[in-house]
Amino acid sequence: MKLTLRVWRQRAADADGAMSTYEVDGISADMSFLEMLDTLNEELILKGEDPVAFDHDCREGICGACSLVINGDAHGPERTTTCQLHMRSFADGDTIDVEPWRASAFPVVKDLVVDRSAFDRIIQAGGYVTAPTGAAPEAHATAVPKPDADFAFEHAECIGCGACVAACPNGAAMLFTSAKVNHLNVLPQGAPERETRVLDMVAQMDEEGFGGCTLAGECATACPKGIPLVSITGMNKEWLRATRKASRR
Amino acid sequence: MARTVWDSSVGKKTVMAVSGLIMLLYLVVHMIGNLKIFFGPGEFNHYAHWLRTVGEPFMHYEWTLWLIRVALVVAVFAHATSAYQLSRRDIRARPNKYVHKKARASYATRTMRWGGIILALFIVWHILDLTTGTVHSGGFQEGHPYQNVVDTFSTWYGNVIYIVAMLALGLHIRHGFWSAAQTLGVGSRNRDRALKTVANALALLLTAGFLAVPVGVMTGLVS
Ligand code: HEM
Ligand code: SF4
Ligand code: FES
Repeated sequence: MKLTLRVWRQRAADADGAMSTYEVDGISADMSFLEMLDTLNEELILKGEDPVAFDHDCREGICGACSLVINGDAHGPERTTTCQLHMRSFADGDTIDVEPWRASAFPVVKDLVVDRSAFDRIIQAGGYVTAPTGAAPEAHATAVPKPDADFAFEHAECIGCGACVAACPNGAAMLFTSAKVNHLNVLPQGAPERETRVLDMVAQMDEEGFGGCTLAGECATACPKGIPLVSITGMNKEWLRATRKASRR
Repeated sequence: MARTVWDSSVGKKTVMAVSGLIMLLYLVVHMIGNLKIFFGPGEFNHYAHWLRTVGEPFMHYEWTLWLIRVALVVAVFAHATSAYQLSRRDIRARPNKYVHKKARASYATRTMRWGGIILALFIVWHILDLTTGTVHSGGFQEGHPYQNVVDTFSTWYGNVIYIVAMLALGLHIRHGFWSAAQTLGVGSRNRDRALKTVANALALLLTAGFLAVPVGVMTGLVS
């Protein structure tokens, strides 16, 4: 396959950026999108040019490191991560636009790499369980009803990639935050911090400068892990419950 | 608690949902009341008079009406202030647009802000036109709402303003009612279809019900 790429190039956080056009040839339909970018970067390095910086790690769709807005879609046209997107989703001769996640809470570091540490701070605000866990306990020591376990697992699938923020017209982190809140709040292990978790995580989310939810639904459409929009409803419910309880104390 | 709510984006959204639902409830009652115009000036004007005497003898003349007015002003103010502050936050959170443009979100979703501004302007005009009579055409008559309504919808601009506003209202409620359910945490996977159906039904019913009046005047059914 022969492709024309228009890629966002930005030398540093405080530099101005622009789209640059590149031609790549000899792309196999079985390559992943990141392998296609590797091919481009090899050529750029051989030419003595600066390779395109992009985030990646596992390349298995499980770590959440890869990003990229491809032709206007976070993680591209398929419901998967960019590392698991294959070039067979494109046609020979296509022009592909590649841009970084856009949100004021995710500043560009270089080219396609953005700083997602705002997500880490949301997790630090409450996305954990404080009970000392020690070695893995016997699985049946704490009984969890099957529907709750399924619900928790569905939300635990979130890999923290930030596609939800990138896709949201308001740069909101509601889907990510709700995935974490719902995951822990439904489990007995998460119960002691059920109220503080949601209040603190939502407060941190606001603090980081993410937008609010207008229920446009773009996040859930973009999410590679299929976290549903109704998770946000669930988090709102938890937040209202925690606010009512806190006022009674 | 009030501080926690007002300082949080989720809390402000709750204020929007509650105030929106209060206005929605009022609009359903208002729309039904308006339809009395089809039963002639006697019935319509009598209904308008009754609005001032409801609750008597416990309430004094117009007390109930003023209570409702105060509640509505608070609701409109709370709703508009939260809308403004949340919208500013949203715009600040996404300062750089994507180069590759895509059609996003549904029509009703994208029109919430513009629709809201249209509704705010309409509310001001509507009060100045039919409550105080300040911008009324054809001589405003206190206590004769039937004639006043006929006057308003006998002007082309009266009809245009009203029709545009009611279409904006329909779209606003269509997304707003369902949204409010999500904000208040009562939406769920099983209830989603039912909530969307109710939202569409309310939007359609209110738009059609309110539009029936100017259509009635324009077709000569009400004169
Ligand atoms: C003063 C005029 C109005 C303005 C400026 C306005 C503005 C807005 C905006 C911008 C939103 C979306 C907010 C967001 O998603 O973050 C919204 C939502 C909403 N509006 Fe209005 N609106 C107005 C009047 C009304 C009226 C008359 C009703 C009554 C039917 C109404 C009911 C609602 C509801 C139920 C929501 C959904 C709240 C939620 O998502 O939780 N609004 N409004
Ligand atoms: S909710 Fe989905 S899109 Fe958002 S961070 Fe988690 S996995 Fe990524
Ligand atoms: S590189 Fe790990 S999810 Fe894509």
